Amino acid sequence: MHFAFTEEQEELRRNARRFLETASSTAGVRAAMATASGYDENVWNRLGQELGFTSLAIPESYGGAGLGFVELSAVMEEMGRALLCSPFFATVCLAANAVLVGGTEEQKAELLPAIASGRTTAAAALLPPSGRWDAVGSGVVYVPRGSGYELTGTSSFVIDGHTARWLVVAARPAAEVAGRGPSLFLVSADTPGLRRRPLPTMDMTRKQAELKLHEVELPSSALLGAADSGESTLARVLDLAKVALAAEQVGGAEHCLDMSVEYAKTRVQFGRPIGSFQAIKHKLADMFVLVESARSASYYAAWTAAHSDEELPAAAALAKAYCSEAYFKVAAECIQIHGGVGFTWEHDAHLFFKRAKSSEILFGDAAYHRAVVARQMGL
Amino acid sequence: MDLRFSPEEESFRQEVRTFLTDRLRGEFAELSGRGGPGDEHELFERRVVWERMLGQAGWACIGWPKEYGGRGASLTEQVIFYEEYARARAPGRLGHIGEGLLGPTLIAFGTEAQRRRFLPPIVRCEELWCQGYSEPNAGSDLANVQTRAELVSGEWIITGQKVWTSLAARADWCFALCRTDPAAPKHKGLSYLLVPMRQKGIDVRPIAQMNGGSEFSEVFFDGARTAADNVVGEINGGWRVAMGTLAFERGASTLGQQFGFENELDQIVALAKSNGAAQDPILRDRLAQARIGLTVMRLNALRTLSLMQDGELRREAMIAKIYWATWHRDLGKLAMDVLGAASEIGESEPYGLTSLQRMFLFARADTIYAGSNQIQRNIIAERALGLPPEPRSGKGGG
Repeated sequence: MHFAFTEEQEELRRNARRFLETASSTAGVRAAMATASGYDENVWNRLGQELGFTSLAIPESYGGAGLGFVELSAVMEEMGRALLCSPFFATVCLAANAVLVGGTEEQKAELLPAIASGRTTAAAALLPPSGRWDAVGSGVVYVPRGSGYELTGTSSFVIDGHTARWLVVAARPAAEVAGRGPSLFLVSADTPGLRRRPLPTMDMTRKQAELKLHEVELPSSALLGAADSGESTLARVLDLAKVALAAEQVGGAEHCLDMSVEYAKTRVQFGRPIGSFQAIKHKLADMFVLVESARSASYYAAWTAAHSDEELPAAAALAKAYCSEAYFKVAAECIQIHGGVGFTWEHDAHLFFKRAKSSEILFGDAAYHRAVVARQMGL
Repeated sequence: MDLRFSPEEESFRQEVRTFLTDRLRGEFAELSGRGGPGDEHELFERRVVWERMLGQAGWACIGWPKEYGGRGASLTEQVIFYEEYARARAPGRLGHIGEGLLGPTLIAFGTEAQRRRFLPPIVRCEELWCQGYSEPNAGSDLANVQTRAELVSGEWIITGQKVWTSLAARADWCFALCRTDPAAPKHKGLSYLLVPMRQKGIDVRPIAQMNGGSEFSEVFFDGARTAADNVVGEINGGWRVAMGTLAFERGASTLGQQFGFENELDQIVALAKSNGAAQDPILRDRLAQARIGLTVMRLNALRTLSLMQDGELRREAMIAKIYWATWHRDLGKLAMDVLGAASEIGESEPYGLTSLQRMFLFARADTIYAGSNQIQRNIIAERALGLPPEPRSGKGGG
């Protein structure tokens, strides 16, 4: 039993931190979030081609490094700390897993090496305009057309959907067949009938798009895996994405804590650093408890993603519920401790606060995941 | 990173489980689930017999070195033992103050003669210990201890009052923090003395607590005596020793308690299913939150353990006390809310409460003893985060 990173995993994390300190500095984040694409193409290229982070959890047989989700989580934690603006999450933590979990050999061979090497980007279009996570795929319908399929409808809140070169689209059968869940389709961004529109997001560091599909014709090979396998594929893909997001949340929360501690040591009022007042000290202590506990939850979830299919659904729900609340609380207290300066556009506190909120909501909030845990408890 | 236990550790777990199951099925069956906080004085004599059996069988003080009667068990093995102990619903320990607090203190700070004199009787449960720290005017401000000890013709003569002393009426010995140099600054005039409890200079008066029990007592010292060499560490160097003991109290000895908590949570979940409370969406949410909180508590403990095995007791370990105490206090409230109207009704007169009622009430003490939540936050802020200390009036002791 050894519940801590190995030396190799620590080294990977240190590499990520070193790289992101310059590649995703405050200035870098602010520049990237102001662009239409939402990311720095050069940083993205280096992440994949120079550092190989895009290949971590992809098997060697598809051009990956053949490591695993613990390594991916270590890197995600650093990306959260640096508030990296990047298609990394959508491409590597969502779309790649959809192909890896649900795809045919041909689909894996076509897409995974390109993702592993950082040569392509991808996104997952899952939500209907209602935005409800219990209605995944219901915004788009598919009908058989010739030997393939035709898709029509709207998919919204698609993370980095406006720039991705490949889209994994969840759709439901047009003819109501009781009990039939969504299927997943691999759609190239230049397919006729697909229109994409970037949505103005409150969290500018993570872009979202709306996809309109009008009689989009796809060959049979576009169906991801077997017909009707979408439900089980999606369950695992979403669990893996939650695990990655939880790691990102931990990194962000820790950065908010670090900023707050630093400020409390240097900001003087009433002739004393404000960090010498218990009112501030106790807030920071509570934030530390939240950050360290969230880290435990996140590492556990990462370990189950790598080693225990059986425990993953419970661990993913637990980590998403715990880390979502922890990050939001810590980011909110970060603003409070900084006082007026924490409310300004110039200070980074609001950028983390907004990311904390967007990632709390993404895939369902803490209460949604506690309801999942309650069902797992037989309640 | 690997969350699996090794085959050797799993076989150790099996050995512990088999031993406990066998013993609790036989003559000790009545002790199952008894004792522990809120139930500390129940079936006392029988539990002494149980503890002596544990010592003889080699299952007491397993973390201590073999030469002092321990087993030299690794930290992982200790956690496995505590987990299995709680899972088996074995009775609350009586010797835990000697095993968890005094023993590690003597191993770290005591003389060889002190270790040989005091450790083996703890293993055999022949001597029970109590902790003499808190006083009426030294609670969170522990260094404000006023109880005086003076060396008079080769003996310490002790006068003063301790309070909140667990098991004082049953203990044979007390480790007491006493002021031995009233002129020194308050942290620098204290000594850590070992004092026999059964003597005429000591008067123990039980405190009636809000849960109806009296686990805690006041202890009055009026010219009580102990031998000159019953001081641990240096004379006037007791503060460092006392802080060492507190670190043990917040450290390894609490890692296994979560399985006891799990038994409580399972009981509450089963109640919610049977009485319909599980239909209430808010109670469902709180039950799930409790389950998540408990799992995270275990993960925190495992992570701390792994870091300790790597040779570090790092700052992460400092969250344990405030985390479990707060979680457990919330669980007590949740238990009552799940019970609803039935939460008011006890078991018997006079004031015989159910185990969940006792837990609900006693959990109010969890966030106070062994460093209140507020003190824990100060410790985390100052030692883990490096924030400046609160300006304090630095006046001398005495």
